[in-house]
Amino acid sequence: MCLAIPGRVKSISGDISEVIFSGLKRKVSLKLLPGVKVGDFVLVHAGFAIQTIDKNAAKETLKLLKSL
Amino acid sequence: MEVCGTHTVSISKNGIRGVLSKNIRLISGPGCPVCVTPQGEIDAAIELSKKPGVVITTFGDMIRVPGTTSSLEKEKAGGADVRIVYSPLDCLDMAKNEPEKEIVFIGVGFETTSPTIAGTVLKAKEQKINNFSVLSAFKLIPPALEAISNAKDIKVDGFILPGHVSTIIGAKAYSFLKIPGVIAGFEAWDILRAIGMIVEMMKGLENSGGAIHELPVQIQYKSVVRDDGNPAALKVLYEVFEAADSNWRGIGIIPGSGLVFRNRYKSFDALRRFKVKVKNAKEPRGCACGKILKGALTPFECPLFGKKCTPDNPVGPCMVSSEGACSAYYRYGKN
Repeated sequence: MCLAIPGRVKSISGDISEVIFSGLKRKVSLKLLPGVKVGDFVLVHAGFAIQTIDKNAAKETLKLLKSL
Repeated sequence: MEVCGTHTVSISKNGIRGVLSKNIRLISGPGCPVCVTPQGEIDAAIELSKKPGVVITTFGDMIRVPGTTSSLEKEKAGGADVRIVYSPLDCLDMAKNEPEKEIVFIGVGFETTSPTIAGTVLKAKEQKINNFSVLSAFKLIPPALEAISNAKDIKVDGFILPGHVSTIIGAKAYSFLKIPGVIAGFEAWDILRAIGMIVEMMKGLENSGGAIHELPVQIQYKSVVRDDGNPAALKVLYEVFEAADSNWRGIGIIPGSGLVFRNRYKSFDALRRFKVKVKNAKEPRGCACGKILKGALTPFECPLFGKKCTPDNPVGPCMVSSEGACSAYYRYGKN
């Protein structure tokens, strides 16, 4: 139930944004995550962006994984 | 204990239990929202579906959960208007397009989900939508972990903490924990790493004679989890709701573990609008879901598991929900 998927913000109009999920475009509310900018990667749950994705932290995890 | 149902599924699907050292036993916890919803709340949702003009909206898992005498799925087959939505915002479009109907959302979920409903309620108020209401059966994770930590019939040494709940509430929300906890992502690698971190933390505890010198909670899922979580989402959540005592299947009443509407949003409370009361109701006979949810039994120890109770013909919610421990263990086996 707490499934959330990552996507990239394509455009913003008020508190509604268009987010691209691997090629698929959907309307996503920014009501819970003000301050998001076009180009940011966000985590989306039930039509709402709930957190921004920290690219550096994600890269760090990938680097750790590759070092194994 | 892996707290989150999505972790349970990932652990089962990736066969993680089978590759761990014998000293490490993973116990599935209470993190399947549909599963911990007590029978009385499911009965209340079914009662609401029988009211004239009411459209029940919910996320998928909820409709098959058996109540005392029926389920939303059976009511739908009998003519009730029950619809599955992707986002609670879809309910507002329905409310606008069908003003003669009453749109009722069955609000089940943890802190990942409840802010999205609170946001929808704020939007409904802004847009003066009056034919939308919510049955609030939301639960909060930290009070449940506190209850499990203090339970006498189960001993947990560490928690794999839920990744997406924690994007909202942040690592600080677990600062009451007296045992190691790691907030983990959902890939096999994330979970294995989190288990390794818990083991390291336990070693550290042993070496320091049991004294905890630092915040016991660590974050493995750093790309989206911060110490403070998402303050804007928490602000929206607690603008609409406030914490109240709440009943969990199998665990009972946990102080401050549920969410009720604040007075200024009471008009959105479906129970109040339709004068429906949540009654005490008996759990399905022989179903061990309650004990499984707090880790006191594994699904394999339930006498109904795989016999009278299967995903096609579930007796209790832990077999209905795809995130339920019984469903995951049934689909993917012991490992």
